[in-house]
Amino acid sequence: MSTPNILEMKEITKTFPGVKALDTVSFDVARGEIHCLVGENGAGKSTLMKVLSGVYPYGDYQGDIVFLGNTQKFRHIADSERIGIAIIYQELALVPDMAVYENIFLGHEIGEHGLVDWNETIKRANEMLRKVGLDINPETKVKDLGVGKQQLVEIAKALSRDVKLLILDEPTAALNESDCDNLLGLLKELKYHGVTSIMISHKLKEVIRIADTVTVLRDGKTICTLDAQKGEVSEGILIKHMVGREINNVFPKRDHQVPDEVILEVRNWTAYDQQLGRNVLTNAAFTVRRGEIVGFAGLMGSGRTELARSIFGNPDGYRISGTLLVEGTERKITHPGQAIDAGIAYVSEDRKRNGLVLIQDVKSNITMANLKQIARRNVVNNNAEIMVARKYRDALGIKTPTVEQLVMKLSGGNQQKVSVAKWLFVEPRILILDEPTRGIDVGAKYEIYTIMNRLVAEGMGIIMISSELPEVLGMSDRVYVVSSGRITGELPVAEATQERIMKLATN
Amino acid sequence: MTVNDLRTEMRKHIRDYGMYIALFVIIVIFSITTNGLFISSRNISNLLNQTGYLAVIAVGMTLIIVIRHIDLSVGFLSGFLGAVAAIALVFWHLPVFIAIPLVLVFGVLAGLITAYPVAQLGIPSFVASLAGWLIYRGLLLLVTLDTGTIVIPNDTFNAIGNGYLPDIFGSESFLPGMHKLTLFLGILTVIWYIFSSIVSRKNKREYNFEVLPSDLFAIQLVFVSALISLVTWILAGYNGMSWTLAIVLIIVGIYSFVSNRTILGRHIYAVGGNPEAAELSGISVKRITFVVFGSMGMLAGLSGILFASRLQSATTTAGTLLELDAIAAAYIGGVSAAGGVGNVVNSLIGAIVYTSLTSGMNLMGIDISSQYVVRGAVLALAVIFDVTTRKLGEK
Repeated sequence: MSTPNILEMKEITKTFPGVKALDTVSFDVARGEIHCLVGENGAGKSTLMKVLSGVYPYGDYQGDIVFLGNTQKFRHIADSERIGIAIIYQELALVPDMAVYENIFLGHEIGEHGLVDWNETIKRANEMLRKVGLDINPETKVKDLGVGKQQLVEIAKALSRDVKLLILDEPTAALNESDCDNLLGLLKELKYHGVTSIMISHKLKEVIRIADTVTVLRDGKTICTLDAQKGEVSEGILIKHMVGREINNVFPKRDHQVPDEVILEVRNWTAYDQQLGRNVLTNAAFTVRRGEIVGFAGLMGSGRTELARSIFGNPDGYRISGTLLVEGTERKITHPGQAIDAGIAYVSEDRKRNGLVLIQDVKSNITMANLKQIARRNVVNNNAEIMVARKYRDALGIKTPTVEQLVMKLSGGNQQKVSVAKWLFVEPRILILDEPTRGIDVGAKYEIYTIMNRLVAEGMGIIMISSELPEVLGMSDRVYVVSSGRITGELPVAEATQERIMKLATN
Repeated sequence: MTVNDLRTEMRKHIRDYGMYIALFVIIVIFSITTNGLFISSRNISNLLNQTGYLAVIAVGMTLIIVIRHIDLSVGFLSGFLGAVAAIALVFWHLPVFIAIPLVLVFGVLAGLITAYPVAQLGIPSFVASLAGWLIYRGLLLLVTLDTGTIVIPNDTFNAIGNGYLPDIFGSESFLPGMHKLTLFLGILTVIWYIFSSIVSRKNKREYNFEVLPSDLFAIQLVFVSALISLVTWILAGYNGMSWTLAIVLIIVGIYSFVSNRTILGRHIYAVGGNPEAAELSGISVKRITFVVFGSMGMLAGLSGILFASRLQSATTTAGTLLELDAIAAAYIGGVSAAGGVGNVVNSLIGAIVYTSLTSGMNLMGIDISSQYVVRGAVLALAVIFDVTTRKLGEK
């Protein structure tokens, strides 16, 4: 073959309704290298890999994929698997209750006439496990292994299929340090055996340690491809390219003084997830003042949402230690209902999954968390409900023909406003907004920002969790940065820059 | 008013009316095929009384399905609690007014027991209630082991399933052969319906809310009033309103009010529509689960009482497969397995549709094997209709 590239993705464009997720992205991977793909949340890394692996079938995107010298038209993941592309997601695709050897050969069982040859399977499984340096009994059930070892089993599974290109999507996000070292070592080892790898990672230190080449994506475009051997890769350079986004969102001005009156204080907050078997938060501490917007920046999976939910009545059942003070009084909150009573409201990150009841109408969604406000002796006053719904519809500019419209028929921005309206109706003192502008258009974003400014002017304290750094910088009075379940920094907005935040977030 | 207005209104609410149209079609078909026997006062009266013990279970099951669960135990629970009622009356010599509340309390307890593994331990309700299905089947056989069928020689108790409201306006000169109290209740209902509709419309107008155009509103008033009058007239022509029907109407009335108008009802539908969102809105999903299963158990007890009273005895097979009939009735009535959708009045209609099929086919002399096939086909059609019209509605 003439070209040294195992993979060339040429001018890939992929659009979702209303959004251009990938815009003429070109991405070349040389044979036998470790190529890292970095970028902020939403830069298009995962979308690009989904195009490559056939999750988005041929015809769903524009551009060409050339793999092993041939233009490929994958219609299904199985097509890409067959010719040697394996993708390992953050959420592992193993069957927890099956043994390691069964998992390794799942879907590619060894045997004849529909009968499985278990002895041969176990023998081959042992070989694969040796290749990835995993010294375990192949009859162990996957659920009895730690996350790090499960990841290695995934890789063994890929190797068993004669993989030529291994794609890892944030493989180290859930791993502890020694498992990380182990995994990175293995990738290097595989490189010497001729396996090409693409690794998506947020942890820049790892990227620098392992990458031969780094490609930076930003806003669905290829920003640059850097060669490590030529010394082009450093943390500063990567961050600069990652965050170079121009601040083209306009933020409404806010001019009021934040009184020095703390309304929420969290000390020494540690949350242990029994299912994952590790701390999702460690010794977090922060304060929120009356009339202040506090931004929480951090990468996906850093623990920002866990922090919000563990404060808001802990619906995930983490084991929590620490102190929570609302307006100077210590509170023990064990259910969202108590959090609401304490004056805290939480607009969730995923409005469709856990924010709204899509099959119900606008008014029922708005009044859902505070029905007693419009009820007498437990009987809901339907007319009062409509009045309340109309009031918030007008106050927040929710575009809907009537308040009896089903929420699922509204646009994303209007759904988000219904979500916010629901929580304003409980009249909270502290409002937690988790990704308040995700998936909504620029106009609706501006309106949400205006609403936030109005609320803090009225004396509410707002916690804003956001993955969009311009938004964090444009709206916050103060910024906390979260990384791996710890608060790694606190910056007054005047001192915060995208680079500083990104450096703390990739710590 | 134009015909178009009517048509758009109809289309908007086709799902709400679908059930009634189906019932109407069934009534017309059977009336023709049985030369009017089906629509006779005697048959309609019987049919509604037969529906009673199924309808109360279907009402409870509706809310169970709304919160995305299922309760398979209630058929045999109903049979078992019917036997308990019989034992309480016959062997423990308890008076009726103590035996009945006692059975209802047992029902609530049984429901809470089913709810415990579901709400506290996250065990699928299918499995938890399947265990109950076996247990109550066993218990029913156990308590009737020595006696076999327990005959209940208690007139007060048996009146629940067989008796009619006494006619306090008994007079032979005026409308002979008609049950005057039933007519009177019917007239009261019509007056109350018209009055409350007008008041609610007036209230809405005061708030400047959208209301039906006045001509459509008038049509609606006339239509519903005529329907109530017709049913009243038919019933009055036989023995009048039965105690069973009175109980069922009261239960449906209460459940309809609670589920539509109260905070509890709203919370039930919120939990059904999106449990995670409900939990994050401060609603305790566990508490709602206990309440709904507890109510289901109580209604199973009531159903057992109605059935035992109707047969004037507790049998070893009472309640067999009743839970599946109730589930079918609820689905014919338009509940959604995806949760959050369904209403108890429609489930009552669903139960009436279901019993009408049995009654009509019995009158036609169709054998039982074909009856199952027809009932199955109707259930399938009802669900297909529901799903397709819902998709239309979502567009």
